[in-house]
Amino acid sequence: MTTITARRTPTIQGIACPTPVSNHTHVQLGHGSGGKMSAELLRERFLPRFASPFLAELGDGARVPVSGSEVVVSTDTFVVSPIEFPGGNIGHLAVHGTVNDLAMMGATPKYLSAGFVLEEGLELAVLDRVLDAMAAAAEACGVEIVTGDTKVVDRGRADGLYVNTTGIGFLHDGFRPSPTRARTGDSVLVSGPLGRHGMAIMAVREGLAFDSEIVSDTASLAPVVASLRDRLGADVHCLRDATRGGLASALNEIARASKVGVVLSRPAPVPGPVEAACEMLGLDPLYVANEGVLVAFVASEREEEALDAMRSQGVGAEGVKIGSVVGEHPGMVVQRTGLGGSRVVDMLPGDQLPRIC
Amino acid sequence: MKYLTEYRDPELARTLVDRINRTATKRWTLMEVCGGQTHTIVKQGINEVLSEAVEMIHGPGCPVCVTPLEQIDRALHLAANPDVIFTSFGDMLRVPGSECDLLQIRARGGNVRVVYSPLDAVKLAQKHPDKEVVFFAVGFETTAPANAMAVWRARELGIENFSVLVSHVTVPPAMVALLEDPSNRVQAFLAAGHVCTIMGWKEYEPLVERYEVPIIVTGFEPLDILEGIWMAVRQLEDGRHEVENQYVRAVRREGNRPAQDLVSTVFQPVDRGWRGIGTIPASGLGLRPEFAAYDAEKKFGLEDIHAEESPDCRAGEVLKGQLKPHQCPSFGTRCTPETPLGAPMVSSEGACAAYYNFGRLRAGAGA
Amino acid sequence: MCLGIPGRVIERRDDAGLAVGTVDFGGVRREVCLAYVADEVAVGDYVVVHVGFAISKVDEEEAKRTFEVLREMSQLDELEWMADIADAAEGVSP
Repeated sequence: MTTITARRTPTIQGIACPTPVSNHTHVQLGHGSGGKMSAELLRERFLPRFASPFLAELGDGARVPVSGSEVVVSTDTFVVSPIEFPGGNIGHLAVHGTVNDLAMMGATPKYLSAGFVLEEGLELAVLDRVLDAMAAAAEACGVEIVTGDTKVVDRGRADGLYVNTTGIGFLHDGFRPSPTRARTGDSVLVSGPLGRHGMAIMAVREGLAFDSEIVSDTASLAPVVASLRDRLGADVHCLRDATRGGLASALNEIARASKVGVVLSRPAPVPGPVEAACEMLGLDPLYVANEGVLVAFVASEREEEALDAMRSQGVGAEGVKIGSVVGEHPGMVVQRTGLGGSRVVDMLPGDQLPRIC
Repeated sequence: MKYLTEYRDPELARTLVDRINRTATKRWTLMEVCGGQTHTIVKQGINEVLSEAVEMIHGPGCPVCVTPLEQIDRALHLAANPDVIFTSFGDMLRVPGSECDLLQIRARGGNVRVVYSPLDAVKLAQKHPDKEVVFFAVGFETTAPANAMAVWRARELGIENFSVLVSHVTVPPAMVALLEDPSNRVQAFLAAGHVCTIMGWKEYEPLVERYEVPIIVTGFEPLDILEGIWMAVRQLEDGRHEVENQYVRAVRREGNRPAQDLVSTVFQPVDRGWRGIGTIPASGLGLRPEFAAYDAEKKFGLEDIHAEESPDCRAGEVLKGQLKPHQCPSFGTRCTPETPLGAPMVSSEGACAAYYNFGRLRAGAGA
Repeated sequence: MCLGIPGRVIERRDDAGLAVGTVDFGGVRREVCLAYVADEVAVGDYVVVHVGFAISKVDEEEAKRTFEVLREMSQLDELEWMADIADAAEGVSP
């Protein structure tokens, strides 16, 4: 029997200590959810040890100087289970994920490395399908997988297969979107409908499974970014792909980094089956993961052009405006309700959990 | 989604808001009993737009919030057992016990799984005959029929490696306890619509007589809540106190008889502790002796676990509407959604969590 | 205790003595236990589902009525508002 050794916050009579206490002694799943626990892990354990001004910016990638110019480096590790899901497999995520991170920094993705941890007993046919997916995605995105590594671990570890991809991309003059550049008055746009990837995964999870036509939206967002860059240039202030933690996390990260408030004045686009699945499980689509949706903060006077630029690309065809940046409540994201009331859209502590209440 | 999204129509909602504000000649204090109703109220900002006409006190209608500390500790014990697959609804995973919560047990190697339906837990037991599957049977009368069916089916199918950790509570005794409390300020109730789908509303008829409070059986969508509030305010303005049904599309006076029947076959009323409130007699459900083989407390010898609440968690006063969350000294500092001292801070419909977000907005607006 | 959402029964069957069926929630389908509504529900009916169990049949007539009442209220309000405006224009206090 496992011994329970964690201590809860000691009781204090009278005045309470104002510092919130984190009493985790072990890694939890919530640390990987993209919410507050992830941010705390980064802030308290990683950043102090890896002292780097580039890292401290906490963008989707790092912009670093190389021989007088700048490149962007980004890395992402993919651990999704199941490896294959409606709409794709971990291989699609591995290529699109890093391509998208580079694109969010304003870079054109060029080269990828791919590191694999394979579980003993994984069917080679599954590995083939993952590699096929990666090859096809890389070609479609115009990137080359130029180096890699493979390790095998004992049966029971690695959930079948884990992949890490690291990418390098090249920047363009005058195009430096950054989470710190949002300004009061900016228009907040989203490139497509929300919640498809997260709910496609949920649909095949034991204990929660359901039937639907929901498929993952895994896709490269680079064409949308290129289109925005060509039409708007520096008037694109921030770009973020709304992956784990959903749109809500991406908006909160930008609101905090730029120290501005965000008001969501229009309903976020959610496809019918995603909405239905979320209703059934008691989940909020704003927090569900996407793999082919970005949020863009642009100068308000360029809003129409930005939407045009987005919609000119397949993956941005359903782009819409969802809100604006305000000077009030800096660091906070607020949603206006149909009644004229407001609701704070906070970062979740960890993973969003299905509920019955 | 049919029969759901129409009840979110903003224009009709504004009509109702307007009606309520015009009908009320003074500020009335209402309580919505159910956590799902609190969720809608907070998410839609309903208390914000009705602040002149009504004060909404969030009731104890969240099984997360009222599950006694000992039951959480028993759950943690079971989840830490390497022979057990511990299954639960998602709501319970972050509720703090005396030492930690189910998520932290999972981090340390416990087999903890979220399920959507209690029948999924029974299926797991069939799939893993070498393990003991325990299901955390939490909830009000709405969920009791589902949990009863899980136990009934397990017995019918001869499944022996399945048991339930029961923490069921029933609503009317809690409402009575609130109404009997001398410091009670609630003048009308929005009764939990889905509880009434199962139980009907006969149980409320003696209550409106004895305590002279209107009770409106109310649904969960914005139009339902607003219509329920309007019906309550109308009664209060008229000086009436009756049971009225707003949730006509899903509730009948006699409720769901087959569901009630199976619940009384499998469960019996027991005294139950409500976290933060204390023991309310005959306010809970426990397994009948015939089903003792499915009772995880007996199977794993957990009857003797006792727990003491943190003196700093004032959940009880919050749940009774006597303390506003932001008046609690630990609110927002030692007690936050990431580090909850008590259950009302855990889920988004817990009163404390709701205030945490709403209050931050108020404070931030001044910045 | 709360999360119950409406869906349409698209299939009914017997699973080793238990009445079950498939319910469609606007594009998402799940197996649901129909034991508690078995005698009153047919394919095509709507039910309220909580944790995989149908707990009640949706009374579609009542649902429609609630909506009509609300809509009438909304139109009445509009008529009242228009009347108030008209009165104000004629110098009559509302």
